[in-house]
Amino acid sequence: MANREARLAAIRTAFPEGGGVVELPGGDLQTFRVDRRVLPDLARHLKDDPALDFKLLLDVCGVDYPAREERFEVVYHLTSLTHGHRVRLKVAVREGDAVVPSVYGVWKAADWFEREAFDMFGVRFEGHPNLKRILCHPAFQGHALRKDYDPGQRWLLREGEQDEPAWAKEAQENEDHFETQVLNIGPSHPATHGTLRTVVRLDGELITKAETEIGYLHRCFEKMSETHTWNQVIPYTDRLNYCSAMMNGVGYALAVESMLGVEAPPRAQVIRLILSELSRIMDHIVDVGANLNDVGAMTPFLYMYQAREELYSVLEACCGSRLTMSYVRIGGLSADTPPDFEDSVRYLLRRIPKLVDDMETLITENRIFRGRTEGVGAISAEDAVDWGWTGPCLRATGVAYDVRKAYPYLAYDTYDFKVPIAHAGDTYARYLVRVEELRQSLRIVEQALERLEPGPVIVDNHNVALPPKEEVYTEMESLIWHFKLIMEGMKVPAGEKYGYTEAANGELGYYIVSDGGGKPYRIKVRPPCFAIFQAFPHILEGHMVADTVAIMSSLNIIAGELDR
Amino acid sequence: MITRDVVVCDAKPLRLVQRLYLVEIVKGLAVTLRHFLGNLFARKYTVTVEWPEVKREYSERLRGRHILLTREDGSPRCVACYMCEEACPAECIHIEAEDVSTSPTIEFEKRPKVFTIDLLRCVYCGFCVDACPKEAIVMSRVLEMAFASREEAVVGLDQLLQKGPTETLNLGYRPYYGAPRSRIELPIPVKASARTGAEG
Ligand code: SF4
Ligand code: SF4
Repeated sequence: MANREARLAAIRTAFPEGGGVVELPGGDLQTFRVDRRVLPDLARHLKDDPALDFKLLLDVCGVDYPAREERFEVVYHLTSLTHGHRVRLKVAVREGDAVVPSVYGVWKAADWFEREAFDMFGVRFEGHPNLKRILCHPAFQGHALRKDYDPGQRWLLREGEQDEPAWAKEAQENEDHFETQVLNIGPSHPATHGTLRTVVRLDGELITKAETEIGYLHRCFEKMSETHTWNQVIPYTDRLNYCSAMMNGVGYALAVESMLGVEAPPRAQVIRLILSELSRIMDHIVDVGANLNDVGAMTPFLYMYQAREELYSVLEACCGSRLTMSYVRIGGLSADTPPDFEDSVRYLLRRIPKLVDDMETLITENRIFRGRTEGVGAISAEDAVDWGWTGPCLRATGVAYDVRKAYPYLAYDTYDFKVPIAHAGDTYARYLVRVEELRQSLRIVEQALERLEPGPVIVDNHNVALPPKEEVYTEMESLIWHFKLIMEGMKVPAGEKYGYTEAANGELGYYIVSDGGGKPYRIKVRPPCFAIFQAFPHILEGHMVADTVAIMSSLNIIAGELDR
Repeated sequence: MITRDVVVCDAKPLRLVQRLYLVEIVKGLAVTLRHFLGNLFARKYTVTVEWPEVKREYSERLRGRHILLTREDGSPRCVACYMCEEACPAECIHIEAEDVSTSPTIEFEKRPKVFTIDLLRCVYCGFCVDACPKEAIVMSRVLEMAFASREEAVVGLDQLLQKGPTETLNLGYRPYYGAPRSRIELPIPVKASARTGAEG
């Protein structure tokens, strides 16, 4: 099913010409314009037809076009794990009648994504089981991502207006349960490693019902990017998954570069790859370390943090900041690496495995740790895909989907590495997968070092990248380029693009719409964490309270990415 | 698409030795003891420092508090061109220009009358440094900033302007040309503890 015609034919068998499904020409992905009346049937067909087999719903988002008669567009991104193809669906609705049928019944992954589109645009999803605001406070007024919403608008929100799930207010009438209570875990709990609130109903120590509330760290990054130039978005991307800031920037830059039709120079690409893999290692270190810490093993957490500290030294020497790197620029990198970069990375390649070995000696076959994590938070491969999971958590259920292998970027296909998988899908499996992935990343870095040739690190195209400083100081022409680029920003050709990379938690997607101006028209981030955490309350049911912390950190909660 | 190039790392059943705690405990203790003794005597790999008595050395690219460089006569190099203000993603720079084209001693047309940076809004991205065409704004390696109020965090020319000769400044991120100016030292060096008279 490699080509557009075959896919179109497979859709046409159920939805003939004039049946509400129109193929749009061109684009980075095959795109269909869908009449909302046929959406549920089409969704079912796309998922169940073996020739199409779109099992994974990646993203649902809204876009606002105030000038159009059908003002709102709801955009769906789908992929098939067996065929590897992708499509985009677009459903347009009018402002007065902004209702779209929910696809939650087909893909559970639509749960939070639809709620987000409702929150941000006010599009209602008919049939959604729990349609309410997700990122904004329930007392918030208006819909922040509508174009007519003023970005400077402020609301004062009070504690009393806190959202409670409806079931939490009901009295429990179960007479044989003598100890039923509703408990808030978080938002500020040491194990949430950020801010995440989970309301649980307990029967003794057993969780019988749970609901997760996010949005405490929401800063509407997407709205902010609409008021900034393309390059100014980069510091914002650093704050998505702050444990591996480099990869967010790389994903964003790659997407914009492909819209611009430029490519970073080879040296910049190799450096991006090395630092991305080092960031992946850091992210897994934080995640595994925090997971261990939460279940009571403090020592290995500190051993792993030695490695992380040294990794940060390298990153900081490259770009000047440890956490919020802002190293990537569209078209390359802000500066070349220091002269002893290779030596230090080689040092890390020798040092990190020792620390990982020490941690593994203490933990991997540890009876207590296994007793605490095996069978805890298990999810089947089918459910994981249905919820839209990607990344190590999905691979721990046995689905070997990795963007680096499936849709290689930065020449990942030329590197020799393997994708670790496990089958249990529980907390222990996620730990094993992450540890192995960390070792595989070290292998990639080792190979990449061999390919590091001297050369420029940013494109020599002054429509995109600032000219070198020494020229700006001395040459009039460069100064004019410099001035133009700073004042107006680069111009990205009108169009749309869904760029995706494998970040530490899974597929990090950027759906970018440009109207040809100096600022993005719309940027939608598909954060991997978001899809994973919508399944979290469902996984919790039937577990003990103490398991919550073990599961939570093994899913890698990154509030910066969850709440944006 | 699902790849076949996988390594399966499923849980292995515990062997008898592992189920009997004793051997595992001895093995674990050996690891922790090694780290303990290493940290106590060799300190080669110790990454923690006794802040604030001991401070870490950062690279010369560190993006810390800003400095406005001056010319030889002590006037700011800045020509109030607004580029940094424009490039700043956090919108935390505020400049008001002053026309000095009539002054006989100043060869530039403008200079900043007001130049403030809100250091609490700033995200320390360094874009202002990249944007400046006059090498007037650079960053230092000063990271420790504490303010008693929000107003205090908005610093003006008096605090931003360079004090003392350039060699004595603790320079961090600044325009970059020629050979990269930074070095990485690993393992992270630990300086001899500064626990001298300071503690008394
Ligand atoms: S470092 Fe970045 S945020 Fe701070 S003043 Fe400069 S441009 Fe603005
Ligand atoms: S860019 Fe440089 S010269 Fe221009 S206003 Fe800013 S500091 Fe002054």
